[in-house]
Amino acid sequence: MSRPLAPELFASLDPLALAGSRCTACATVQFPAARQCAHCAAEDPAPITLPAQGRIWTWTIQRFEPKAPYLAPADGFLPYAVGYVDLGEVLVESLLQCSDGEPAIGAEVHLVRATAPGGHFTYAFAR
Amino acid sequence: MNAHQVYVIGAGIHPFGRHAGVTGADMAVVATRAALTDAGLGWDKVEVAVGGSNTGKPDALVARLGLTGVAFTGVRNGCATGGVALATAANALRAGQGEVAAVIGFDKHERGAFAADPASYGLDAWYGTTGLMVTTQYFAMRTRRYLHEHGVPDLTLAQIAARASRGGAANPNAWRRRALTTEEVLAAPMVSDPLTNLMFCQPDEGAVALILARGARAFDLCEAPVRLASVAVRTRGPGSFEVFSPWLAPHRSGSPTRAAAQDALRQAGITVADVQVAQVQDTDCGSELIHLAETGLCRDGEQTALLTDGATEATGRLPVNTDGGCLANGEPIGASGLRQVHEVVRQLQVRAAGTAVRGDPRIGFTHVYGAPGVSACTVLMRPDR
Ligand SMILES: [Zn+2]
Repeated sequence: MSRPLAPELFASLDPLALAGSRCTACATVQFPAARQCAHCAAEDPAPITLPAQGRIWTWTIQRFEPKAPYLAPADGFLPYAVGYVDLGEVLVESLLQCSDGEPAIGAEVHLVRATAPGGHFTYAFAR
Repeated sequence: MNAHQVYVIGAGIHPFGRHAGVTGADMAVVATRAALTDAGLGWDKVEVAVGGSNTGKPDALVARLGLTGVAFTGVRNGCATGGVALATAANALRAGQGEVAAVIGFDKHERGAFAADPASYGLDAWYGTTGLMVTTQYFAMRTRRYLHEHGVPDLTLAQIAARASRGGAANPNAWRRRALTTEEVLAAPMVSDPLTNLMFCQPDEGAVALILARGARAFDLCEAPVRLASVAVRTRGPGSFEVFSPWLAPHRSGSPTRAAAQDALRQAGITVADVQVAQVQDTDCGSELIHLAETGLCRDGEQTALLTDGATEATGRLPVNTDGGCLANGEPIGASGLRQVHEVVRQLQVRAAGTAVRGDPRIGFTHVYGAPGVSACTVLMRPDR
């Protein structure tokens, strides 16, 4: 069975959920979970599970193959959509899967597995 | 004039572009000698030097310029390198470390978009391998959101590229010398929607040097010194939308450009309405669009009217990136912020290489932006005497 490329990104694999953190001093929510708050520098933010549903906040399509450290799929590069997904307390940068056309700002999306290098999986948000 | 004020008394440039067989250091030496000649000085009179490069080692230039023992600081702040180098040199003069300083920026980049190492930005490897760590993606996503929030059409982006290309066509030091139409810009291959490849600048090669002098010395050496009325450097705040961010706070605030611009204007004792010629960082058309508003040069959404009315043309009422900006000159990143200052100084001295701005400009402004959220702004003024 496929394994996550970066296990620390996930609070749970079934159901799939992303692991974030919330600062106990200033309530800033971060992804991936941080050991120190990026806003106020307080240490040991509390681990939280991020919502699995959100809305596309912005997006683009990556139309050329990025240089290393990007690893293209074994069967070759294909353009892919990326964006920020508004999860309420935090906007998370993510691959986007929109089988029904281009992404759109405001579109509802949910967390899914996406193919990652080396037979692993990573996260994406799908429409 | 007082003894602590700093002036630009010489400026030199090695043309930007691709120069096979010429090293970054070669270009830096050409630019430095040109700036020294402009100031009527030899290298032996330089008491403080600051060099900025992301591909070379600036202090090694002393072997080419003269082993005078000069204090030489190297800086490396991504695309904001030139602005930080200038601030460092100006602060050294104000602190009394000398009366004459050289600021030198150069770089020589490979073709294609920059690649970045996640670890050097405090990020884990997955961020790069899964294809999220790409600067062009960031610019496109930031532009997309801005167009959405402020009702700006894609045509405005194309008008920015077309205007920059006219500046480049008139500037003998520019890399891209062909005037583009908005139709061409919009029809070019899409790189990262909504930005086509004619809406992006490209990494290239080049060098710029400035000679600074403090107080009365500036007027002894130069007939038309330009006062560096302020230079401000700021990093990002908590709600800033910056490159290489796996997450963002839900509310926007804390742009380093907004902070640096406000600080530079305040230090210079002017308002943004006083600015008669400006440079804003235009690594892509979306960046110019956003930086025009973040610096305060216009309101959000006002850009469409400014571009359509021709206000930002070299001959318009708010001339922007008159030498073609990054879009026409490309970006040797250590030299880029100093190219902006070079162009504004030449405009204020009424001896620009390309199109001259209208009237009798006395006050100029520059803004440079670098990853992961550093901005440097200057105010340049032609003194009365
Ligand atoms: Zn905090």
